[in-house]
Amino acid sequence: MSTGTLTRPPAAEQARPTRRRPTPQRVVLHVFLAAVAIGWLFPVLWAVLTSLRSYEYTASHGYVSFGGWTIDNYVTAWQTAEFGKHFLNSVYITVPAVLLTLFLASCVAFVIARFSWKINLVLLGLFTAANLLPQQALLIPLFRLFTQVPLPEFMSDSELLYDSYWGLILINVAFQCGFCVFVLSNYMKALPRDLYEAAMVDGASIWRQYWQVTMPLCRPALAALATLEVTWIYNEFFWATVLMRTGDKFPVTSSLNNLRGEFFTDNNLVSAGSVLVAIPTLVIFFLLQRHFVRGLTLGASKG
Amino acid sequence: MSDLPLIQADRAVEPPAATTNRGRGRRLRLLSGTDRVVITLMVLIPLLLVTALVWLPALATVVLSGTDWDGIGPLADIDFVGGRNYGDVLTNYPPFVPAVQHNLLWLAVLFLVATPFGMFLAVLLDKELRGSRFYQTALYLPVVLSLALIGFVWQLIYSRDQGLLNAVLGTDVDWYGDPGVNIWAVMLASGWRHVGYIMLLYLAGLKGVDPSLREAAAVDGASEAKSFFRVIFPVLRPINIIVLVVTVIESLRAFDLVWVVNKGRNGLELLSALVTQNVVGEASRIGFGSALATIMLVVSLVFITIYLVTVMRGEDR
Repeated sequence: MSTGTLTRPPAAEQARPTRRRPTPQRVVLHVFLAAVAIGWLFPVLWAVLTSLRSYEYTASHGYVSFGGWTIDNYVTAWQTAEFGKHFLNSVYITVPAVLLTLFLASCVAFVIARFSWKINLVLLGLFTAANLLPQQALLIPLFRLFTQVPLPEFMSDSELLYDSYWGLILINVAFQCGFCVFVLSNYMKALPRDLYEAAMVDGASIWRQYWQVTMPLCRPALAALATLEVTWIYNEFFWATVLMRTGDKFPVTSSLNNLRGEFFTDNNLVSAGSVLVAIPTLVIFFLLQRHFVRGLTLGASKG
Repeated sequence: MSDLPLIQADRAVEPPAATTNRGRGRRLRLLSGTDRVVITLMVLIPLLLVTALVWLPALATVVLSGTDWDGIGPLADIDFVGGRNYGDVLTNYPPFVPAVQHNLLWLAVLFLVATPFGMFLAVLLDKELRGSRFYQTALYLPVVLSLALIGFVWQLIYSRDQGLLNAVLGTDVDWYGDPGVNIWAVMLASGWRHVGYIMLLYLAGLKGVDPSLREAAAVDGASEAKSFFRVIFPVLRPINIIVLVVTVIESLRAFDLVWVVNKGRNGLELLSALVTQNVVGEASRIGFGSALATIMLVVSLVFITIYLVTVMRGEDR
């Protein structure tokens, strides 16, 4: 629904004005890029298109046809797959995980950037490398650990770290911290050092230097990282798949796999479900594109 | 999830001017007792979390790979069996060889097809073009989708009875199910995302290239292709290394896509999926799964080291 209206207009508006100064080279370039761009959008557009057609119509006329428009697939998918519940689960995991990641990472990054101790390089390496390890390589001990650590019942009805939101939040934080430490420490190193001199003269403690001097200046970096991390943790599939058991508690990305059976025979439903799951990331992508791209180009600009 | 840091890459193109280190160490003496406690906590809490949930499990994986633990019995019953698990993996586990082949194939396709194509698009988009923003947006849209979701999106194209591909080609192939073709089908979907990702990396890198380099090359009468390969590409060396490492690690960590298709069986074996099958699957063979995981760990650590050396060069000056 919204993805369709969001993705299509720019295609119509902007792909064309190439004819202004038609040197042959430019025309070829634009034709090529437009073809690639449309090819790239196609799978997503196809999913949107399929989701808006009734199964009966496409079953009898084939998918390469026109007609049978309906939004029933969305209604059915939403109800069958209990998307409301799974979206909420994703919120329970993503929001605390992103906030905690940014907070913990900014603490470490601050110390790394503020002081020039030998150990800082080791710290930076430990954090950054942790973000790059293959998750599956840690699975066996972690699985065992999570099934051994008890939680009080009010925290999780599984009474274990396994099959609890807490466990997923922690593992996501542990994994994503490294990336944020690296980015933030680079960003903080580029801040003028006089700030701290002034703060010291004023008698500001380390905590106040961190919270009231450095953090406000890091807002652009934090906004960019928050955008990226929300997308990544929302999209996270592996940990939830292996460290959760109760179907009702799965976040939406990993719940996809459980829906496969229910939707198997009806591709129109699959596409409606896929579009629903994609909507939050697509909204972030279109609304916060600046932050997203900024996050990706942060280091070069040095703030 | 499968994303890897992008930002380091462009930072590496243009390392920030080394900040003056003089006098920084001396300031420690000016720290009060409370400050020291605060600093310690600021580092220690995140460090404990990362150590407990990432580094210790990594270490434990290596240790367990030398044991015969079944995953259920008490840890005291563990016997060390030396390299037996590795021997079993190599000689007595049919999916291992296909998995290694598939991981290598994955790497080859991402590295030889998707990466150059992404770089090529970045070069084209780096010119001042009208509509460049639209092209970029279209190309990196798949980057914000999870690989699990991408598996479902492409199912609409690949499905045997309801897929677009068979309808258009008039064929009757189960693109996700037929072990002869499904790895290629999955890699196409994965490459679809990777191209946008690499395009972004290089686009950011190209923006950081000193314009006078290009001008100089143009003045010397170098063709565009020549100036790219002789002048720009060598300047991008740090980003090239990072793209290489990112591609290797992405290929090694590939998991979500094959798991949603068929849990990594029947033509879609990958190391990551085999490890997972051995832990959460019916047969929980811990020592055996750990040996597989250790192999992944060792390969990734080699490339992580290259990565760290590249991105941290200049940090210590």
